[in-house]
Amino acid sequence: MTTKLFGEPVRRREDARLVAGNGRYLDDLGANALAVAFVRSPHAHALITGIDVDDAIDVEGLVAIYTWEDLPAGVREPLPLLIPHPALTHGRTAYCLAKDVVRHVGEPIVMVVATDRYIAEDVCERIQVSYEFLKPVVGLETAVSGPNLVHEDVPGNIGAHMIQEVAAKDGRATRDVIAAAPHTLEFRLDIERSACMPMEGKGVYARWDADDRSLRVYSSTQTSTSVRMAIAAKLGLPLPKVEVIAPDVGGGFGVKIVHPWPEEILVPWAAILLNREVKWSEDRREHFISSAHERAQVQHVKVGFDDEGHVLGLDVEILHDHGAYTPYGIIVPIITSTQLLGPYKIGSYRVEFFSVYTNTVQVTPYRGAGRPQGVFCMERTMDKIAQYLGKDRTLVRAANFIQPDEFPYDQQMIFQDGRPLIYDSGDYPESLRKLKDLIGWDEFPLMQSKAAEEGRKLGIGVGCYVEGTGVGPYEGGHVQVTSDGRVHVSTGLTSQGQGHETVFAQIAATELGVPIEKVSVVTGDTRRFGYAVGTFASRAAVMSGNAIALACRKVKEKALRIAADALEADPADLEITDGMVHVVGAPSASIPLATVAVLSNPLRYAFDEEAKRATQFATSGSMDKPPVAEGQEPGLEGKDYYSPVRSTFASGMHAAIVETDPDTAEIKILRYAVVHDCGKMINPMLVEGQIHGGVAQGVGGALYEKMVYDEHGQLLNASFMDFLMPYVTEIPFIETDHLETPSPLNPLGIKGAGEAGVIPVSAVIAGAIEDAEKIVIDRMPISPSDLYALRDSSRTSGAVSRLRNTQ
Amino acid sequence: MHDVSLIVNGVPREARVPARRLLSDFLRHDLGLTGTHVGCEHGVCGACTVLLDGQPVRSCLTFAVSVAGHEVTTVEGLAKDGELSAVQRGFAECHGLQCGFCTPGFLTTATAFLRDHPAPSDDDVIEAVSGNLCRCTGYQNIVKSVHRAAELLAEEGS
Amino acid sequence: MKPPSFVYHAPATVAEAVEALAAAGADGKVLAGGQSLIPLMNMRLAAPGHLVDINHVAGLAEITAEPGGVRVGALARHAEVEASETAHAAQPLVREALRLVAHPAVRNRGTTVGSIVHADPAAEMPAVLALLDGSVRVRGPEGERDIPAGEFFVGPMESSLRTGELAVSVFFPSARGGTAILEVARRHGDYAMAGVAALVAPDHAKVACLSVGAVPVVVDVTEAEGDWKRAAELVQDQIDPEADIHATADYRRHLTGVLTERALKAAADA
Repeated sequence: MTTKLFGEPVRRREDARLVAGNGRYLDDLGANALAVAFVRSPHAHALITGIDVDDAIDVEGLVAIYTWEDLPAGVREPLPLLIPHPALTHGRTAYCLAKDVVRHVGEPIVMVVATDRYIAEDVCERIQVSYEFLKPVVGLETAVSGPNLVHEDVPGNIGAHMIQEVAAKDGRATRDVIAAAPHTLEFRLDIERSACMPMEGKGVYARWDADDRSLRVYSSTQTSTSVRMAIAAKLGLPLPKVEVIAPDVGGGFGVKIVHPWPEEILVPWAAILLNREVKWSEDRREHFISSAHERAQVQHVKVGFDDEGHVLGLDVEILHDHGAYTPYGIIVPIITSTQLLGPYKIGSYRVEFFSVYTNTVQVTPYRGAGRPQGVFCMERTMDKIAQYLGKDRTLVRAANFIQPDEFPYDQQMIFQDGRPLIYDSGDYPESLRKLKDLIGWDEFPLMQSKAAEEGRKLGIGVGCYVEGTGVGPYEGGHVQVTSDGRVHVSTGLTSQGQGHETVFAQIAATELGVPIEKVSVVTGDTRRFGYAVGTFASRAAVMSGNAIALACRKVKEKALRIAADALEADPADLEITDGMVHVVGAPSASIPLATVAVLSNPLRYAFDEEAKRATQFATSGSMDKPPVAEGQEPGLEGKDYYSPVRSTFASGMHAAIVETDPDTAEIKILRYAVVHDCGKMINPMLVEGQIHGGVAQGVGGALYEKMVYDEHGQLLNASFMDFLMPYVTEIPFIETDHLETPSPLNPLGIKGAGEAGVIPVSAVIAGAIEDAEKIVIDRMPISPSDLYALRDSSRTSGAVSRLRNTQ
Repeated sequence: MHDVSLIVNGVPREARVPARRLLSDFLRHDLGLTGTHVGCEHGVCGACTVLLDGQPVRSCLTFAVSVAGHEVTTVEGLAKDGELSAVQRGFAECHGLQCGFCTPGFLTTATAFLRDHPAPSDDDVIEAVSGNLCRCTGYQNIVKSVHRAAELLAEEGS
Repeated sequence: MKPPSFVYHAPATVAEAVEALAAAGADGKVLAGGQSLIPLMNMRLAAPGHLVDINHVAGLAEITAEPGGVRVGALARHAEVEASETAHAAQPLVREALRLVAHPAVRNRGTTVGSIVHADPAAEMPAVLALLDGSVRVRGPEGERDIPAGEFFVGPMESSLRTGELAVSVFFPSARGGTAILEVARRHGDYAMAGVAALVAPDHAKVACLSVGAVPVVVDVTEAEGDWKRAAELVQDQIDPEADIHATADYRRHLTGVLTERALKAAADA
């Protein structure tokens, strides 16, 4: 039996539990807890002038009604601004329950606790809130041009303004370079709102132990450690008296990294106050109107380039819609600004963004986190340059690629982690070669013309991206071998379906030389590991994977040292195979790791037969040394942290062939191909799964999903009936190929893979539709109705908005 | 309040509930069978799909009182004698789930489908699971899982 | 999203059901499949004080061949009607249309009669009934009557069913000629942005359009004399689509034209 499991398509260890219905998601816990529902604002912008509960208090089963006035000191303050930034000059966050003003439909105003959720909702219906209406601010351009303000102390609704510029090598400013360039293009791009939409909404369940004065909170979160610190701080509890656990989490995709959500403070607070178990399970409508959205941007682009398509200067102005509040700072537009550069060497680059308040749900990272918008900008730019020059789109891209011998490549900007944007490794020309092979790029023109003879419209599109993954500051891992030979691994970050129990077990089994069946993994439980950052930014495998590997190496070193004593061998001559420590080349001179674990812990008391070996009269150590040597600890366990100097940069390229119906304007993806490079793959099956899921979300974002607000700030499609998440019938078969350029930055050589699939999809599909239709596609998502309207306007405006034919 | 009796996973179960109790909540809260998940509670996502007299239905669009006396199979009832069913094994083998939240709905749907269509085409499988949303997998491995389950069932039958 | 309280009635006979409905008056609703009603209740957009659950009424689930067509009982689930060879033999358009109704799990519970009584102008089965000049049989305190499809649909989600009346069955006539239904939906199984059911008989041709008016819009296109492009123009002149978040009015009009031409051609070839 091999224990070299790293890199193998090992089946998931989570699945036996999950397919049997034995998962434990938030709402599966706390069968006897009281239920919470909220009165949420039906208006986008209003003053609260009164709250009347008279009609509600007689409802049988009602336990408590709370408004902002009822909240204690810490809970009354605005929620924290999690990631401050000097450019975020006007950061604003919400209250747990609205104080005086509501700024988006869905903002919580009154908290109701009742014996069950049905009754809690009955109570909510009977509470009358009176409002004085304020003018809602909806839409980016309205926000920056209009007189109405979301926050009266934020002029122009501008929360943040930031300019970054990388001058040309000769020192010229970007705008000067563009002005002097042989060719220039100028255009506008629009990306609309979407959202993470995990199948499980958020949820919080709190248990207060009044005797022990301790609090246990379960939250469907991407960061249990940070939720814990926020709860302790807000409720004034000693940190050791608060534990937070992320149980099985039904998807996250970014929205659950935001914290503390109002409910994460209010539910524990109520549990303590009432001395009862309290639970809130978000329903789908709540998730639509009171969690978070992402993506909406307007981009104004100017580009200067030469005859070969080399980009000499790129000037991008971004209007970014961050909704009503900025709890997560300006991470999304910063990522757009920096990751826009993709795999390219851009001669000079200027990017300016305004991050803008609107009376809509707040905007925080959604898988890709600003990258889809940046990649849309850059890839549309590449397509337009190719179009203008009459060149193949892949040749223009290749002309701008960073070459394999140019790594590490410094883009001379500051990334989202506050550290330099230096790419660690990659091979973009090889990725493109593989992609062109996979999709049949060079054969496509023939396919296209044959289809045209039958009256069919086919188009092909391509998109490239680079993704900074594994951002710091750190993660840790703890590994303990117990005297039964089992290996217990824990890390503080959480899981939302990525398969961490499997990949971390693969790493531990490989590092320690034990069968994977002996390894168990716990994530996101502060009782097991208290220090962590969280699961976001495609960082879990890189950060906790490496931390666990380092912790395993410490354990292994200790195990070999103890075994060497027992076997009277040199530790350097020992290795561990299948749970046995043995002399290299002499398997008979061996000792089970379980026994090493027994020996690692000098005992006075024997609790079982094995333990007798380690008791004080059984061991034969030197009488001149203490049983636990100086600098050592009892037990076969180790803890370590991984804290990288900077992010590691994964990359990939996608291509798609689409068909558009000449009559109905329906859009069908015929083929979708992905070449992906996330360094060393721990488990290729799981990497592919991440890519499939990412592409599916990308297809949703390109063709189906958008949050539609009317001018009053009402979200018109706050349900799965009208927010069109794709079913199986809308997602194409995804063909994949891989490239592995290891990261030099971490011991395992890995890069993150979680977000990648979603990033370039809108750019790819837009390019493909443009190729099929010969109509400019500058706004995504696009529906058949949109395409019909574009065809119509292109017919009426003739050549102006039409593309020149490619050669 | 109504005394509602159902045969759930072959076992008679009873609880006293209001008429408005959704079958999904009846199973989850009143009977403690939390394997059935609710993702939207308006009938679109399919996570709450259970078998009612053998046919997949949305338990969030069914009042428990309305199906009193009928047979319900939930994800907890798919395994027999502690052995995962062919459909469950197919999903585990083919990485047909990630977060696992939508999975019970896919499993119950696929179980009924394969009972009636033991050797399905790709299009048959796609149509069969076309009413279930999954946000993680992109569906490709779900389709593969259903085909694999058909193979496993055929092996069991032979 | 939990439904509000209601008084639950579980009649065992049609007579008891009618009695309960009559007593409840405007505050009463029939519960059959519940696939349209319960989502509205869960979102608290509907709050009937009384629900009359006909699921325990015997004899309502039948699908019966009758002279000139097929009668479908109020408890026949979409899936049962879809699978019924009796229904298919009498009118193949019924099966073809049912395959476009939502998704399999919804069809397993939802009823065809319920879908017609719900009178959603975006739904397939009202359009099919309208195209075929079918009828709805209702039972009320004053007895039984048949309402022709042309008089049944009076507005969006509004039928000529009177308070206290229960729809016990619908009748889909067989047709001398070919039929077809085509639609374009955003996602497979969604309500269509536009859809057209077509009937082409030796002496006449007509279509019923969904999602382009307050009720299914039936247009006689016999005068087009087999020129289906011209028929499409006739239909486009007769419809008054509205914009929503999924499609502009212009697009719906265009789509209805395209689908009219395609559906008529398919019906003529059927």
